[in-house]
Amino acid sequence: MSAAVPGAVASTIAARRQAGSGALIGYLPVGFPDLPTSIDAAVALVENGVDVLELGLPYSDPVMDGPVIQAATQQALANGFKLRHAFEAVEGVRARVDAPVLLMTYWNPVLQYGVERFAADLRDAGGAGLITPDLIPDEAETWLAASDAASLERVFLAAPTSSPERLKRCVELSRGFVYAVSTMGITGARADVDRAARTLVDRLRDAGAENACVGIGISTADQVREILGYADGAIVGSALVRALAEGGVAGVADTAARLATGVVA
Amino acid sequence: MSESAPLPGPYFGEYGGRYVPESLVAALDELTEAWEALKVDPTFKLELAELHRSYTGRPSILTEVQRFAEHAGGARVLLKREDLNHTGSHKINNVLGQALLTRRIGKKRIIAETGAGQHGVATATAAALFGLDCTIYMGEVDTERQALNVARMRLLGAEVIPVTSGSRTLKDAINEAMRDWVTNVETTNYVFGTVAGPHPFPAMVRDLQRVIGDEAREQVLALTGSLPTAVAACVGGGSNAMGIFTAFVGDPGVKLFGFEAAGDGADTPRHAATINKGRPGVLHGARSYLLQDEDGQTVESHSISAGLDYPGVGPEHAWLADSGRAEYRPITDDQAMAALRLLSRTEGIIPAIESAHALAGVLELGRELGPDSVILVNLSGRGDKDMTTAGHYFDILDRDAEQM
Ligand SMILES: Cc1ncc(COP(=O)(O)O)c(C=O)c1O
Repeated sequence: MSAAVPGAVASTIAARRQAGSGALIGYLPVGFPDLPTSIDAAVALVENGVDVLELGLPYSDPVMDGPVIQAATQQALANGFKLRHAFEAVEGVRARVDAPVLLMTYWNPVLQYGVERFAADLRDAGGAGLITPDLIPDEAETWLAASDAASLERVFLAAPTSSPERLKRCVELSRGFVYAVSTMGITGARADVDRAARTLVDRLRDAGAENACVGIGISTADQVREILGYADGAIVGSALVRALAEGGVAGVADTAARLATGVVA
Repeated sequence: MSESAPLPGPYFGEYGGRYVPESLVAALDELTEAWEALKVDPTFKLELAELHRSYTGRPSILTEVQRFAEHAGGARVLLKREDLNHTGSHKINNVLGQALLTRRIGKKRIIAETGAGQHGVATATAAALFGLDCTIYMGEVDTERQALNVARMRLLGAEVIPVTSGSRTLKDAINEAMRDWVTNVETTNYVFGTVAGPHPFPAMVRDLQRVIGDEAREQVLALTGSLPTAVAACVGGGSNAMGIFTAFVGDPGVKLFGFEAAGDGADTPRHAATINKGRPGVLHGARSYLLQDEDGQTVESHSISAGLDYPGVGPEHAWLADSGRAEYRPITDDQAMAALRLLSRTEGIIPAIESAHALAGVLELGRELGPDSVILVNLSGRGDKDMTTAGHYFDILDRDAEQM
């Protein structure tokens, strides 16, 4: 069960869409509150309705992240997180559940590990690919080649302020899905997910996107339902991290199950 | 003027670029375009030159320091007096340009990071002058060791936000300013303080700081009849160094020296000698040298000087270092503090601790280059802000006064 089928993220999302709904994508950092618990928590997400996993790689300078994820990843680093734990986590999760696993990582750790080596080790661990919040297509040459060579999916971000040309390029180069940033800002729960998200998804469709998933600020089943009304996936991060911090694996399982009620067609 | 135009970015050899969230690309494109237009606009050039004349106090003077030079192998030592600028350092050169740019792109709020507080003070000053809202991010550790500058910024009307994440120093202040910018980019311009960060900042900040070297080149020629043997500056992010280097990069006979903060020693774990001890990677939006562990996690830097206490460095310096055009050397806390005291006692000029790193470097350099050499040094700032640190370091504070 551990080897990733090439294109697993894309096909999982397409299957949900064909069933008349969309995918629930859940984020948790590796190593928070410790490595074994982070694996248990990721497994619990899948067992409670999450379709695609996004495991965050703790990094010293997370400029895209709000206070909840910052605190969690800082704790993971303080507890001794090492890059190899990310591969161990992917392997550990894939041994227990069949959902595709993407790593979400800032670029410098990949660069230092060696881009090709990182891609190969991620594939060998059963990972599906990477989401790269601070790597834009303009700087991605080595990653494009390495992900092609390793048959990994690669998710680039699209923003409400991205030009039509940039959206087009982002759609062309992304594999799996395009990450539509719902609002101008950093990760963290918000009461209203921006109207900008719907406009951005429309623009991504015009640019030819098959799978457009919306992330940042989503924390309730109602928001998931609303987003899946026009997008192919809803990405939840901070709300799950907070649930794990406050209620442990049982707490995060509960929250995932509640969010999954928003997925029903 | 030297013939070759400096590189326009985004790349300096294999360094530079834009490693940022997609959400910032539109704002960076807007800045790049506005800056390309503005820097060749005669009205802007006149306006900035007039501001520098009547507000900054430019051109800054050149001071020959003979008594100090006796300790530097008898070389002629010339100080470019950026310490005499309004607000006390070279940072104002950059900020006034970016404030004019902010006005041009129609934004009403500026944000900035600051380490020593000099860039924050300069930004708060420009905000007051131009009637802009201003928020400054400063690591909590730095708000403590540079408390006077916090008071200055607040008095000028800026909001100062102590940053409590990560190592609570300059690198975390930059992260927090970036987060603010991503969130408020429609109304807000990020006035970056050094030649690091994503394109266009390295090239734009250099273009705004090169006035230092452009003036100094003429001044040295007028004083000595020839170009200097060497040009020296301290390097934190690298803006005062690029500012004085740029006019001389095309003069192969002029040696360029950058002095990095070596804290307790470049071979100890506590230093900020990024080029000497780091390796290439990505931090704060650009590829350059940085201090990092084997996993690519940024390692905390250490220096007695808050303005040099940064684990990264501007990409153009990485390129100048690799190509051998400039040489970068480490200077310890103790060497810098000894040079600070020496300049104070021999010349009656109290330098910023940052600038004292360049002075300490010149003491060695003068002995190597000999008495026939002429060394131009960027005295990037004055030491007023550092009196608490220096008072403790030299143990020259009255106990009673300390208790007040
Ligand atoms: C007086 C002075 N010199 C130098 C620096 C270091 O910055 P840079 O390397 O960008 O010139 C600072 C930064 O705060 C400063 O205040």
